[in-house]
Formats: sequence, structure tokens, C-alpha cells
Amino acid sequence: MDLSFSENDIAFRDEVRSYLADNLPTAMTEAVRKGGELTKEMMEEWHAILQRKGWLATIWPKEYGGPGWTPVQRHIFEEECCRAYAPRIVPFGLNMLGPVLIEFGTQAQKEYYLPRILSGEDWWCQGYSEPGAGSDLASLKTRAVRDGDHWVINGQKTWTTLGQHADKIFCLCRTDPEAKQQQGISFILVDMNTPGIEVRPIRLIEGGHEVNEVFFTDVRVPAENLVGEENKGWTIAKFLLTHERTGIAGVGFSMQSLEEVKALARKIRRGGKRLIDDPLFAARIAQAEVDLEAMKITNLRMLFKAQQQGAPGPETSILKIKGTVIHQELKDLARRALGPVAAPFPGYLAEGNIMFGPDGTEHNAARYFNNRKTSIFGGSNEIQRNILSKAALEL
Amino acid sequence: MDFNLTEDRQMLADSLNRYLGDKYPVEHRNAVAYDLPCHDDGKWAELAELGALFALSPESAGGFGGTGFDIAVVFEALGRTLCPEPMLGAAMAARILTALEQDQEALLSGATKYAVALAEVDAPYDLQAMECSAVAQGDGHALTGRKTSVYGGQVADVFLVAAMLNGAPALFSVQAAAAQVVGYPMMDGAGAAELLLDGTPAQLLAADAGAIIADAVNAGIVALCAEAVGVMDVVHATTVDYLKTRKQFGVPIGKFQVLQHRAVDMLTEIEQARSITIKAASELGGPDAGRFASMAKNMIGRAGRLVAEEAIQMHGGIAMTWEYPVSHYAKRLIMLDAQLGDTDYHLSRVMADLAA
Repeated sequence: MDLSFSENDIAFRDEVRSYLADNLPTAMTEAVRKGGELTKEMMEEWHAILQRKGWLATIWPKEYGGPGWTPVQRHIFEEECCRAYAPRIVPFGLNMLGPVLIEFGTQAQKEYYLPRILSGEDWWCQGYSEPGAGSDLASLKTRAVRDGDHWVINGQKTWTTLGQHADKIFCLCRTDPEAKQQQGISFILVDMNTPGIEVRPIRLIEGGHEVNEVFFTDVRVPAENLVGEENKGWTIAKFLLTHERTGIAGVGFSMQSLEEVKALARKIRRGGKRLIDDPLFAARIAQAEVDLEAMKITNLRMLFKAQQQGAPGPETSILKIKGTVIHQELKDLARRALGPVAAPFPGYLAEGNIMFGPDGTEHNAARYFNNRKTSIFGGSNEIQRNILSKAALEL
Repeated sequence: MDFNLTEDRQMLADSLNRYLGDKYPVEHRNAVAYDLPCHDDGKWAELAELGALFALSPESAGGFGGTGFDIAVVFEALGRTLCPEPMLGAAMAARILTALEQDQEALLSGATKYAVALAEVDAPYDLQAMECSAVAQGDGHALTGRKTSVYGGQVADVFLVAAMLNGAPALFSVQAAAAQVVGYPMMDGAGAAELLLDGTPAQLLAADAGAIIADAVNAGIVALCAEAVGVMDVVHATTVDYLKTRKQFGVPIGKFQVLQHRAVDMLTEIEQARSITIKAASELGGPDAGRFASMAKNMIGRAGRLVAEEAIQMHGGIAMTWEYPVSHYAKRLIMLDAQLGDTDYHLSRVMADLAA
């Protein structure tokens, strides 16, 4: 057994590190550090910077414009991006729809859509969840009815992340209400500018706007926007689930958060002593560090297995469950470290021109609350446990 | 032994619950909260008329309550509706004014709003380390320093301020108009202020006031714990209701055993939290008040986090939204931990007793 990266991987890491050092704008890293919401322009600019180097569509095959990386290289890239405080990639076009089109799309669909994803011309969002179909996604009700050369869509999607910026949405729609739940669903591409679509913002617990409701009223979509076969959309949904799993453990983000918490605990003073010298708080940090150190290796073991076997197995659900819990714990510590100083609602501090906590900690409480989402979205941690107990344990 | 409320306290609880349920529903609450002044003057006056403030002081001081149980009754009702009104400052100030045998008619009638300024940025919980200091000046004193997280300070008329005088903590009264007050809404919707003192004129209430301050903090902790119990009861009831009505996979999700057990775990922690709060309330004013207040605040911190996080998780995305009230209840539970000493701080105080 050997836990070190190969010489090639280390050379690759150095290359990534130096590209990020030279090309990642300071304004972006500052925005990421502060933890507020990034603007659309900032996210687009970051995509363009990566695309210049051919590093944007990290999970696409080379022939379609991907970099042709191994799973270990992708891992290194993600870790380095976190280390450098790069913005997150908006995943809907690049990591979700792209692989779907490459696997299931027609030649025409690939030729039309894939370059537009790479160039940033299309901003995609995801139309999966509905008010009545969350964990039980297959119970979705949004209807698509064939009418000549068109599909006519009626229904409602929800939790549509960054849908306010999107030009297009990929939807799971019910096309055969008579069939068994999973067998009557189709995967359809919809232009957000089509008449009959309304996007309404959902305000989140901490006050931010990143998700939306999307309403469809007699939305007419060209028949050729169907991806894969009619009524076979569930196969695509399941395929996507495996692709949504790159970086699912969020190890890089947790490493980032751990460093932030350590720095904070060294900076904050409580009654003449540094917070990190409080054994109770230090124990909380140390405990999280132990969990994260194990998670790093669990993550690498599963990467290694995926690299050998070609595809991630159901046990990667462990990464989602434990990875999100560790990250949430670190966000709890970042809020807890500030004590009452974490309390002010972000945005009011600048007006009074009074610094409350150390620089860049204004959003710590908001980030703690916002990050409660990670154990809910992308298949809640309860659903991940169902997957594990069924597929891995055969219970 | 009797764990029932007395008839008077039960009547007060009923009338506050009814009033707040009718007049301070979550829609109104969210309109008042999150934006300055985080306060509804008319509702404040009506709460005072109902006796919410008179319950905070004993008859000898012009009130009709003043025990830990009286305070708990008021704050549990406030917690149930997430009422953001500046009641904590009133409860702690009433305690101080009672100890000093000072007139508090204007406080109890609701006419004058008090806030108690103890915490500092580098000494948020342990007041031994505070740096705000007082010097004699003319007939009175002058205070210099910054007080942080003064709950209710954004609308206070009078601040009761802790500052060092001749090496010991003392208590002063500062008029809001005489100081620089920077108010702000908090993550949980209520208001607070930073109190910036720079040679600010102050009236000395008590030199060597450590014991009086400690008693006010203990009363404040009983108030916060009771409030948290009220918050948790509502969160738990809402979650159980959701488990019974939300259907996925063709059944109410409450049919899944894993969720049943987690709902029961929440209940267990809430009952434990209620018990230690009752204990702390019963000890308030006695020789062991600090020890049991610390136990209660530690327990509330742990139970509150579990209840808040599990309520969100078991609801799923809906509880992550501003529109669904559980999100606001969860924020209150989490942010309450950092008021008057957090889970760790109070555990360390219980630990110190082990060594004694």
C-alpha cells in the first residue's frame, strides 16, 4: 500500500497550483473568502478562465472538449481549487447535462448544446424536484403531452438552483401517466424564454436567493428536445446520480473550513486568552480534524476503486453522508467561535462602520444556516442510507 | 411536590399565549423582526397591560411575581411565538433594580425600556475580563469602552452598564441619549445594539456589583432557557405534524421507523431541557443559582441544536425556506446559545465545581 500521489500526479498538482496562482482574480478569491453570494458575472468569468485552459468540463471525455483527466487528477484539481479559494463550478450544464448528452443525446443535440455549455452561452438549471416529489422523485407530476411536433408541458418544479440566471432547464416530465412510476418519465430540454414559464424566487432561511420555483403553463417545446427515448428518463436520472458524485465528499471545502476555524480560534480572544487555548473549543476542532483526516482517506480509497473499476459504486453514499456532516460541523464551529459577535444580520455592519468579528466573518452564522441544505439536497442523507442499505448491504 | 403551575401563573400563561397567538402571529412577527427597530410599540404596551412586565418583579418592588417560575412563564410564552420584543433586558434590569431597591415603576408599566449591557467583544461571557471602565467625574462618573450585543439596546431608553471601577465590576445607569448606540437586527430577527462609550456620563448604581450582576445573569438564563423550551415545543409539534401529513413513497413519512425514532429522540431531549430549566428556575436567587443556571444553559444549548437541526433535516427543503416558520424557530434556537454564555462556557463552569 502506498498513499502518496504518483510523480505525474504531483507534477499535475503543481501545474494546477501555478495556473490558479496566475489566473484566479483576487476579487474572486476575496468574494469566496467572505462567503457572500457571488454574482452571475463572476461565475461566468471564472468558467471562461478555466475554459481558456481546457479545464472547465472536467468530467467530459477529451473528444468533446474535456481535459481527459483520471479520477485522481479531478480530485487534485478540486482540492487545489478549494485551497486557492476559487469559486465553485456551476454544475448543471457542465457536470450534469453534459455527460447526459454525451451518453444519451443525438448527434445534433451534442453538436448544438455541448459547445454552448463550454462557451458559457447557455446557463442550465435543473428541473427535477417538485413540491410533492422530493426524496420520492419518481412520483413527479409535471406533465408533457405530445401535440404534433411539440411537447406541451404543465406543472411545477422547485428548488431550482440559480434558475434566476438560467437560459435553459432540463426537466424530468411524466409522459405516460398509465405506466409504473419510474417507467413513464422523459428527459426534456426547455428554453426558459418559452412563453408559459414563470420563475419565482424562494428566499432561504438565512435570507439569500439561490433557489427558485419554476411554473409551466402550456409550455410548447419542440419534439426534438427529448433526450434519449420517450419514457426512459428515469434511466438518465439514475445515470446522472452517479455523475453528481464527483467531489461529493466536499473534502476540499472542509479542509478550507478547518483552516478558517483554526485561524479564527487563534485570533479570537476570550477574557485575555486565545479561544484555541480553551480546551473545550480546542477539543471540538480536534474532533472535526480527526473525522476529516479519515474522510480524506475514505475519499481517496473510493476514488482509487472507481479508477480501477471504471465507475463509482453505491458505497460512495458514505462520502455524501459523512462529508456533509463534517462540513456542517465545521460551519457550526465557525459560528460558535464568534459567540454573540456572529449574531448581527449580515449587511447592517457596514452601515454603522463597526467591525464585529475578525475580517471576513460577517457571514459565518448565515453560512452555518445555509449549509444545512447539503444534507438535504442531491439525495438527502436519509436517501443515501437507503441506497447503502439496499445496494451495499442488500438489506 | 407539585409540578403544576399555580393558578395565577397558569392564568398569566394562558392569557399571554392567547394574546401572542392572536396578535403576534408569525406573519406579524416576521414583519417586525429582521428590520430596525425590531419592535412594535403598541404590542409592547399591550403585553405590559397583560402583566408580562409586572410578572418580572416581586410585590415589594411593585410587581406581582419575580421568582424564577414567573420569569419562565413569561418567556416560554414569548418563545412559542418567537416574539422579538426586548423582554430580556427588562427581566434582567428588573432583577437589578429590585436588588438595589430602586424605583422601577416605569419599567414595569412598559413606559421606559431598559437594556443591560454586560458583554464585550473580547469578553462575551466571562465578565471578569471586561475592559469597559469608569472614572469619577463631577457629581457622577464617566464610562469608556464598548459593550457588544446589548439585547434590546436598539430601542432602549436606559442602559444598565457593567464597568470596572477601582478594580471591581460596578453597575451604572446610562441614558440612551447620552451614548452612541448602533442598533441592528440579528440573524434570529430580534434587535440588539453596540453601545459605544467615550467619557459618557453615567450614574453609579452599585460599586462592587459582582453578585448583583451574577443574579441578573442567572435570571436572564432562566428566561432564555424557558424561551427555548417554548420554541422547541412548537418546533417539535410542527415536525410531528409534518411527519403525519407529508407523503412520499405513498405513505406519510412518519411511517418510516428511522424518522419515528428521531422524533422521539427530540422529545426526550426537550423533556430533559424542560426539567433542568425548572430546576434552574427553582434555584434562582439561592446559593446554588449559578451552578444550576449553567447546567440549564448547557443542556439547552445541546438540545436546541439537536432540535433545530433535526427539525430542518426531517422536514427537508421546506424548512430551509424563509416562508416556512420552522426556519425562524431554528434560527432562534441556534442563536440563543451565544446569549449569556454558550454550551461550552457553562460546561466549564460546571467543571470548575468538580475541582472545588
